[in-house]
Amino acid sequence: MYSKKVMDHFMNPRNMGEIPDADGVGTVGNPVCGDLMSVYIKVKDNRLEDVKFKTFGCGAAIATSSMITELAKGKTIEDALEITRKDVADSLDGLPPVKMHCSNLAADALHAAIEDYRKKKEAEK
Amino acid sequence: MRKVYMDYAAGMPLDPRVFKAMKPYFTENYGNPSSAHSFGANAKNALMKSRERVACLVGAEKPEEVIFTSGGTESNNLAIKGVAYRNKEKGNHIITTTIEHMSVINICKHLQKQGFEISYLPVGKEGMVDPERVKDEIHDKTVMISVLYANGEIGTIQSIEEIGRIAHESQVYFHVDAVAAAGKIPINVDGEHIDLLSVSSNDMYGPKGVGALYIRKGTRIQPVIQGGGQERGVRSGTENIPGIVGMGRAAEIAKEEMAAEGKRLSQLRDKLIMGVLETIERSYLNGHPTQVSSGSACTSKTLEPSHVLLAIGLAHEEAHGSLVFTMGKQNSEEDVDYVLETLPGVVKRLRAISPLTPKEMLR
Repeated sequence: MYSKKVMDHFMNPRNMGEIPDADGVGTVGNPVCGDLMSVYIKVKDNRLEDVKFKTFGCGAAIATSSMITELAKGKTIEDALEITRKDVADSLDGLPPVKMHCSNLAADALHAAIEDYRKKKEAEK
Repeated sequence: MRKVYMDYAAGMPLDPRVFKAMKPYFTENYGNPSSAHSFGANAKNALMKSRERVACLVGAEKPEEVIFTSGGTESNNLAIKGVAYRNKEKGNHIITTTIEHMSVINICKHLQKQGFEISYLPVGKEGMVDPERVKDEIHDKTVMISVLYANGEIGTIQSIEEIGRIAHESQVYFHVDAVAAAGKIPINVDGEHIDLLSVSSNDMYGPKGVGALYIRKGTRIQPVIQGGGQERGVRSGTENIPGIVGMGRAAEIAKEEMAAEGKRLSQLRDKLIMGVLETIERSYLNGHPTQVSSGSACTSKTLEPSHVLLAIGLAHEEAHGSLVFTMGKQNSEEDVDYVLETLPGVVKRLRAISPLTPKEMLR
């Protein structure tokens, strides 16, 4: 069973949607595994000014995506990279063991979005 | 928030009449059927009566052909391993399908490792096995064909009688996993040329932890569980009398009420299917629209997509985007109405969250 926090983020996801002019996009998972999530970031002065997500997956996948946007928003790039899968699960008061691997990809998606942002910046130079 | 249960394929409540029948066998009639005194005779009598009731449900001629087990999984193990091991000198080839229950699939994989040859026959889009394919697959080393009667995820009912006739003509044992079908549709092991048939109690409103295997007289089979020689030596272990009494009563009730309840549920099912297809854009039905427990599936136990849905040709994301509804005794028309009221909103919300939803669908 899901914790109250997981249910809340599943039923009322925060920051859901795309950022059309995102500075970085990270997509992880795949439809085969059943969970696919994209995290979009907008960066200003080395801070994550906006973070949004879109997810295909179970309740836990949606809740972790929603939670990562709350955890990352306003943080510096460096601090955001420090956010781990465990942080996400802990902030949601835990996840069922079976969901810890497949559905807890949000931190990876955020890191991938930052990676994408850095690559783009690198290319601009 | 209103709670509606539509996961009967996974678990269902015990019928109160079954519970009532079981009760005395926990505290009053606790004898062991193997004992010669009156307590034993009492238990033996109850065991016999239950055997008759289960035999009657599946159309078995002799009650002795029914062996009680701990459930559908054990029945499948006994049927497939028991026949495979006992008939080794005759051949090592078994024919089955890609949409069997995991217990059958994993038993076959286990036998494969021990040198048995297994053919997993593919199914069509609606989940049907072509009996002609079964016929073509038989060779001189084939000892058994194992096909499930009805699939609990997509509701497809196989052409059992036709496959049975083919097995019979080729003198190959025919095992049928009827866990999802028994008590819901009529089964006749004689008319359908079935040699072994697995059934489970908790799929017909009986207690969990009990099942049965019909074994046609003369079938060469060896036990999987050895011990004190209960159940004609085929399945040792002190009989679970309260459970067996419950299964017997459940079988009796199922036989009596099958026609009426089947009719009622078919109407609810059709209303649910039509309603979903009408109110939810781009929704479709997995499996066969005109058969028992239609719906489709998502296996939340393992996170793996359902092997059944992949076998009928669905892409992984389609299988993951599928939802199974299985209704039963306690479902009413109000339940269906409630689902039809609520589901479109839920689907709309999930589609809005999903990155796979085409843009034009999100107006």
